[in-house]
Amino acid sequence: MTAYNAVFSARFQTLLQYRAAAAAGFGTQLFWGLIRTMIFEAFYRSGAAPQPMSLPQVVTYVWLGQAMLVLIPWNVDADVRAMIRSGTVAYELVRPLDLYTLWYSRALALRTAPALLRALPMFAVAGCFFGMQPPPSLAAGAAWLAATAGAALLAGAITTLITISLLWTLSGEGVSRLLPAVTMLFAGYVLPLPLFPDWAQALLSFLPFAGLADTPFRMYLGHLPPEAVFGVLGHQLAWTAALVLLGRAALARATRRMVVQGG
Amino acid sequence: MSERIGDYLDTVRLYGRYVGISVRSQLQYRASFLMLTLSQFVLVGSEFLGIWALFGRFGNLRGWSLAEVALLFGMISVSFALAEGCVRGFDTFPALVKNGDFDRLLLRPRGTAFQVAAQEWQLMRLGRLVHGVAVLGWAAVALDMAWSLPKILLLGAAIVGGACLFCGLFVLQATLAFWTVETLEIMNTVTYGGVETAQYPLAIYQPWFRRFFTLVVPLACANYFPAQALLGRPDPLGSPPLFQWLSPVVGGLFLAGALQVWKVGLRHYCSTGS
Repeated sequence: MTAYNAVFSARFQTLLQYRAAAAAGFGTQLFWGLIRTMIFEAFYRSGAAPQPMSLPQVVTYVWLGQAMLVLIPWNVDADVRAMIRSGTVAYELVRPLDLYTLWYSRALALRTAPALLRALPMFAVAGCFFGMQPPPSLAAGAAWLAATAGAALLAGAITTLITISLLWTLSGEGVSRLLPAVTMLFAGYVLPLPLFPDWAQALLSFLPFAGLADTPFRMYLGHLPPEAVFGVLGHQLAWTAALVLLGRAALARATRRMVVQGG
Repeated sequence: MSERIGDYLDTVRLYGRYVGISVRSQLQYRASFLMLTLSQFVLVGSEFLGIWALFGRFGNLRGWSLAEVALLFGMISVSFALAEGCVRGFDTFPALVKNGDFDRLLLRPRGTAFQVAAQEWQLMRLGRLVHGVAVLGWAAVALDMAWSLPKILLLGAAIVGGACLFCGLFVLQATLAFWTVETLEIMNTVTYGGVETAQYPLAIYQPWFRRFFTLVVPLACANYFPAQALLGRPDPLGSPPLFQWLSPVVGGLFLAGALQVWKVGLRHYCSTGS
């Protein structure tokens, strides 16, 4: 276990150094958040019917989304992708470590370190200038933190699954672009999930992606009561376990049938 | 005169060959290409899904109907997809400069802008293009309006004008590489942010935001003002009908301006060596 912890913390600390990269997208994200909030404001002023979420809640939800954006599995470990392309992934198989857990540890670091770097300034700026509200109670805040930890574990499992898919499609562009597009939609980045039609809510809450962003954000907002955290964590962990098992099976299959070119 | 036409046709033929090579190379990775195109379709599709869901909840957007917003959405999506497909070759421009490979392009008997653009004709942009056309088609039917020939021509001109505008933005983004050997991510805010903004009627935004996207980056001329003329509704922002009909031209002017800036950058270009 200590080997994987070491891998995680080494990778985490390395990724914390990429401060320039974290700063680079910040302006774009601010702009994006502004546009989204302006659009929602315009919609909310167009009709007086009661909605599943209030406008201040939606605004905070949007900014939470921007703060935690890189927690969503939108990319894979560039080093591992390069390894797979060049064939040096064969060296990884020779190590006295379980490959899945090794990659999972890296994926976890890849999801959490950049997210930490981006979240702190975004909370500061959006909280001070753009109408992002704090959680309504300490319990809501604590529940949100717990749910975010669950989200990180889930995101790590999805990232690892995408990484494993690269063993099949060498050029890597396909699944690693398709899955993020799908993930963004079902995690609440296009529209907060409660605002989707009522008939869709059952599907949306079943899928794993809600646990990546939507349910933690709703815990923060108090839209879901703090007691709901156990249900949320249960959902996240169940899906994480399922995706880990799927990933392990896929990896075992891939390594049995792998043909390494060059390296 | 006939010589110039011959030259022009020659360039078009050459562009066709570039496109052919690019397309064939992308089709080599068939599964990847399909996934990429599908992912583009899903990305754009999910944006429209969000809009549809919001209209389901609220019924209208400041007096605009779903079909009217779909018209705006479709127009800007098609413009952007066309521009992305044609001009993403400029994305590789910073790398060309870094490696010193740009010098090879300078030695060739063709315009550099043309060569850089033609390097890559991104097939996956078909995802956004197909979706944009579908939404536009639906809007045209759902709007229940009389589509006269002038209106159809205006629609076409607006889409082309919008594509020129986005091409101009991509060229500017690459031109910055002449001065800093990295492109600035901030340009992404005006391209992708611009598409997001223009999908909705400009009238819903704050005044300073509207001014930016009318005067600095004239996105409003790509779809909002032409749409006012197409829909035949009085513009809440008070633009005169003549302006609405002529607004697609602004996109073309923007591209011409961007290419001039590119030429300036070219004059001051000092190779980093290879």
